[in-house]
Amino acid sequence: MGKRIFAVLTLLTIVAGLVACKTPAPTPTPVPPTPTPAPAKPTPAPATPTPAPATPTVAPAAELKVAILAPLSGDVATFGESTRDGALLAIEEWNAKGGVLGRKIVPVVEDSMCEAEPAVAAATKVIEQDKVKFIIGEVCSKASIPVSEIVTSKGNVLQISPTSTNPKVTVDEKGNAKPTVFRACFIDPFQGLIGAKFALENLKAKTAAVLLDQGNDYVRGLAEFFRDAFEKGGGKVVVWETYTAADKDFSAILTKVKAAKPDVLYLPDYYSTVNVIAAQARQLGITAVMMGGDGWDSPQLDVKAVDGGYFTTHFSPEDSRPVVQEFVKKYKDKYGKVPDSLAALAYDAALILFEAIQAAGTDDPVQVAKTMEKMKFSVVSGEVAFDKQHNPLKPAVINQVTGGKVKFVTIVSP
Amino acid sequence: MEGRGRVVLLKRYNGAILNRIAAVIVVILGLFVLAFFVRRVMADPGIFIQQILNGIQLGFLYALIALGYTMVYGIIKLINFAHGDVFMVGAMTSFFAISTMELHRWPFQLWPGINSTLGTLLGTTTVIAFSMAICSFLGVTMERFAYRPLRAMPRIAALITAIGVSFFLEYFGALPFVYTNNYITYPRPFELTVLTAKDIPPWLLGLVGGVFAITLTTYSALNGLSNRGNTKAVLWRNHPIIQFFLYLGGLLTIILGMVVVLPTWGIIKWDLTVSNVMLVIMSASVLLVVALQYIVTRTKTGKAMRASAYDKPTSRLMGINVDNVIAVTFAIAGALAGAGGVLYATAFKQVHHLMGILPGLKAFIAAVLGGIGSIPGALVGSLIMGMAEVLSAGFISTPMRDAVAFSLLIIILLIRPQGIFGEAPTEKV
Repeated sequence: MGKRIFAVLTLLTIVAGLVACKTPAPTPTPVPPTPTPAPAKPTPAPATPTPAPATPTVAPAAELKVAILAPLSGDVATFGESTRDGALLAIEEWNAKGGVLGRKIVPVVEDSMCEAEPAVAAATKVIEQDKVKFIIGEVCSKASIPVSEIVTSKGNVLQISPTSTNPKVTVDEKGNAKPTVFRACFIDPFQGLIGAKFALENLKAKTAAVLLDQGNDYVRGLAEFFRDAFEKGGGKVVVWETYTAADKDFSAILTKVKAAKPDVLYLPDYYSTVNVIAAQARQLGITAVMMGGDGWDSPQLDVKAVDGGYFTTHFSPEDSRPVVQEFVKKYKDKYGKVPDSLAALAYDAALILFEAIQAAGTDDPVQVAKTMEKMKFSVVSGEVAFDKQHNPLKPAVINQVTGGKVKFVTIVSP
Repeated sequence: MEGRGRVVLLKRYNGAILNRIAAVIVVILGLFVLAFFVRRVMADPGIFIQQILNGIQLGFLYALIALGYTMVYGIIKLINFAHGDVFMVGAMTSFFAISTMELHRWPFQLWPGINSTLGTLLGTTTVIAFSMAICSFLGVTMERFAYRPLRAMPRIAALITAIGVSFFLEYFGALPFVYTNNYITYPRPFELTVLTAKDIPPWLLGLVGGVFAITLTTYSALNGLSNRGNTKAVLWRNHPIIQFFLYLGGLLTIILGMVVVLPTWGIIKWDLTVSNVMLVIMSASVLLVVALQYIVTRTKTGKAMRASAYDKPTSRLMGINVDNVIAVTFAIAGALAGAGGVLYATAFKQVHHLMGILPGLKAFIAAVLGGIGSIPGALVGSLIMGMAEVLSAGFISTPMRDAVAFSLLIIILLIRPQGIFGEAPTEKV
């Protein structure tokens, strides 16, 4: 008896819950105006704020939501913060100019943690819940690849990753470009190639040791392309050792490196791991020149441990081109620090996206993607045009760590 | 009746055969491994010895954590899963002591003209001591508020609480105003120098070697006497001071000898590298282990600890304040973990709020391997663990390192389920 009453009550609750859930769905019109002003608040107010808030009825049409997916916590939190700051600066500039297509840009920032699962969750959330059509992000390749799969399966969402260098982000299994996925940075083959070219030609290196995290797409991509280019150019990779992300004790493999006496030690990992490896390499008295990719580009890089090392990257604030200097000044004024390449690329990604939307004259992501494929953009990291696989063709910067500072060395064009 | 007898006979027969087969397999495997390593050693002995040194360094770091696990388990049969996080707090405390308080610079601020080696040594010792103090306080607090109220409950309650305390420490540390969840580069309290023959003057080597030779002679003389039944000699032979000079002197003599003397005499051409970081880790660990041995075997507190581990109710009847003894055990365990944290951060130069999990787990396994509850067991188990990891990373493959280390654990536990030193149940701490 008691059980039956309980069952009936449960059923009633479920039905009530379903009804309650359904009610907002058929009446979407009154809902958007209420939540939209809230996200608008954190963005710095544009120069002409007076007319927009006064007319809440046209607010839904007058806004363009752009999601920023970045790791704001975890191993590479500084990457995420720079990415967010760079993209927000571009949004602020465009809003000051009157927005895109006359519509105000509203950022939706999500922490995607540089991991596949949180990134997928964040992407699903912004697409399904916030109805976002344009995504800037993710930072890490291993998170961008799953996000790009969601974006491709949806079809009417455009993703532009500022910094994911793995080829698979924009290309599917069959080698075709994903129609609405782009990136603002060059890809791993290019960075590995430039690294190898620089090591062979400028450093006159004959032998190299490569240490890589087997489980990380970004690291493996860089390492493999470095090896191929280095050996094609006449060099020899004498040590090729893998480790796992959880490792902290690298003494065993570094002992092998030491015995092989390479000219160059290539460490294409993120700064947090590079710091640990480099410190232990010094402890074992390894004197090889260390080299790496854009994963080194962080204020938390242990400059003492990697002293004398070189890394390939996207951008240097010491670059004397006026576009770069103007961006550096604006960024400094707003955030009080010098932008790193993550910030520059996020800024570029946002600019490319807005220019393409403006040129397409519509916010339909498929149309915008078609326009983006044909356009040429002049942004902070150089002249950018997209190839057939949606990878930008543009120059790379080589930086050196000397005397506790990161110095601009040269630009290498493809 | 007859049938049952036959079954028993059959079972015994099967068991014997299986045991023999298992033994043969283990022996064959062992021979293979031995042959493999002998070939590698012959190929390049320098690399092999360098890897052994790396293994000793890692093993000592594990040992400082494993000792805490084993002591706490010995006295209250609790696996204190929060111990790895006490280790993390030790590393973080020293990070703040160095970066914001500049504790390692105090001798230079007090006496500006001080000899830099002496000043650095004093400063580093202070940093380690500070972390040890904070961590032993943390250990006592943990025991008082999380474990003592549950001591009368079933053991599983305390175990779950330990896991809770562990999570609390990890994620409390992740809060933005505590340590944040970033990987932080650790500033060492002293500058790294890779030791070459020039850094080690001959007199230093002579001194270390001399001390070692004297201790070794004394030790063998005492050993001879104690073998003849002299009980006083037995007591002196096992004295911590003699042990300290014996172990540390031996270790340093061998290492410095290999780095300095043999290459300068031209006997060997190996390219061995020893840094001051490695020497600091080794000396501090040996010092702490011997100090622990001293406390446990030569002091009243140690006697009380051993008595409480053996039989708590009777100890209480004998006038021992068991609660205090348990608190002291936690304090000592925490202090060792704190020192371990400082040394680990010094070696790997990075601190993170989850850095305690993996070393803690491995140290726990090392303690089980050596026989949980036994102090020498924890030390030996940790050295085996560190060595197995480094050697498998160095000669087999890096991603296999944990697989090899854990297979070793399984094999050893299959042969000796109680661990290597886990037999003597009469005296445990």
